[in-house]
Amino acid sequence: MTSHADVFRIADATFGSRLIMGTGGAPSHEILESALKASGTELTTVAMRRVAPGEAGSLLDVITGLGIRLLPNTAGCFTAREAVLTAKLAREALQTDWLKLEVIADERTLLPDPVELLDAAEQLVDDGFLVLPYTNDDPVLARRLEQLGCAAVMPLGSPIGTGLGIRNPHNIGMIVEQAGVPVILDAGVGTASDAALAMELGCDAVLLASAVTRAQDPTRMAEAMAKAVEAGRLARLAGRIPKRFHAEASSPMEGRADLD
Amino acid sequence: MNVTVNGRHTDVASDATLADLVAQLCARPTGTAVAVNGDVVPRSAWSRQRIADGDALEVLAAVQGG
Repeated sequence: MTSHADVFRIADATFGSRLIMGTGGAPSHEILESALKASGTELTTVAMRRVAPGEAGSLLDVITGLGIRLLPNTAGCFTAREAVLTAKLAREALQTDWLKLEVIADERTLLPDPVELLDAAEQLVDDGFLVLPYTNDDPVLARRLEQLGCAAVMPLGSPIGTGLGIRNPHNIGMIVEQAGVPVILDAGVGTASDAALAMELGCDAVLLASAVTRAQDPTRMAEAMAKAVEAGRLARLAGRIPKRFHAEASSPMEGRADLD
Repeated sequence: MNVTVNGRHTDVASDATLADLVAQLCARPTGTAVAVNGDVVPRSAWSRQRIADGDALEVLAAVQGG
């Protein structure tokens, strides 16, 4: 079957699953564990926050117990300076140079700040990080991030946590068309069809969290997302039919009986 | 000796090391990182590094996110 040979690569790492499920928003570690398992994900995000006294570190136990690779993020950083220091702390804490780089402009939109993002990406690539930047659905910005040496680009479908799906599929298509690194649709996925559309547009993978962790049944939604990503990928590889204005019969018109 | 730990004024012993402080904050240091005055201190140096009066420390760990 195609899916067995269809390996997803970021830099030198390979993944059997093209769904990257983040850990944010899960109501409990138990529900998170069940959803991560159902999603089949092999890569998951975590955030870095101040240690609260007496807190048990069971989140990492859950993730490592499932054999899932860690991708720390810089969520909540507004400047390149904050993001770079957070990245270095994450690298030290989790012993990985992989990083989901997030530098947001404001709390209301959570949209990436392109100026700070480029600055941080450049510093972190130079420092040896494998940088996966969360970016706007802007083909020019995506190109600049790739030129800086980012290992993938991760354009948003719509703002974080909105579940509005892919608001500008044309831009995502343009990013895919020009990219020489993997394109990972990040943020905005609300339901399975959004994830399938991302893959049909040619994205290499989908990163989501809230769509699963805040669903009424996270485990079932995780399974739905896994299937949607797989279906969308197969459809992309299969090559869809062109859209037509008028109908085109699939049954032959010749050889019909004269029944008039 | 007064220092700031994760934004809170904290009193620590004058001979305290980073390792002592981290041990006070969390049961297991796995998955934890420390910055002193904006610079990350590698775990391997925690037991040697003494805390100085007025230091600003950030002690971070992984939580659900993203």
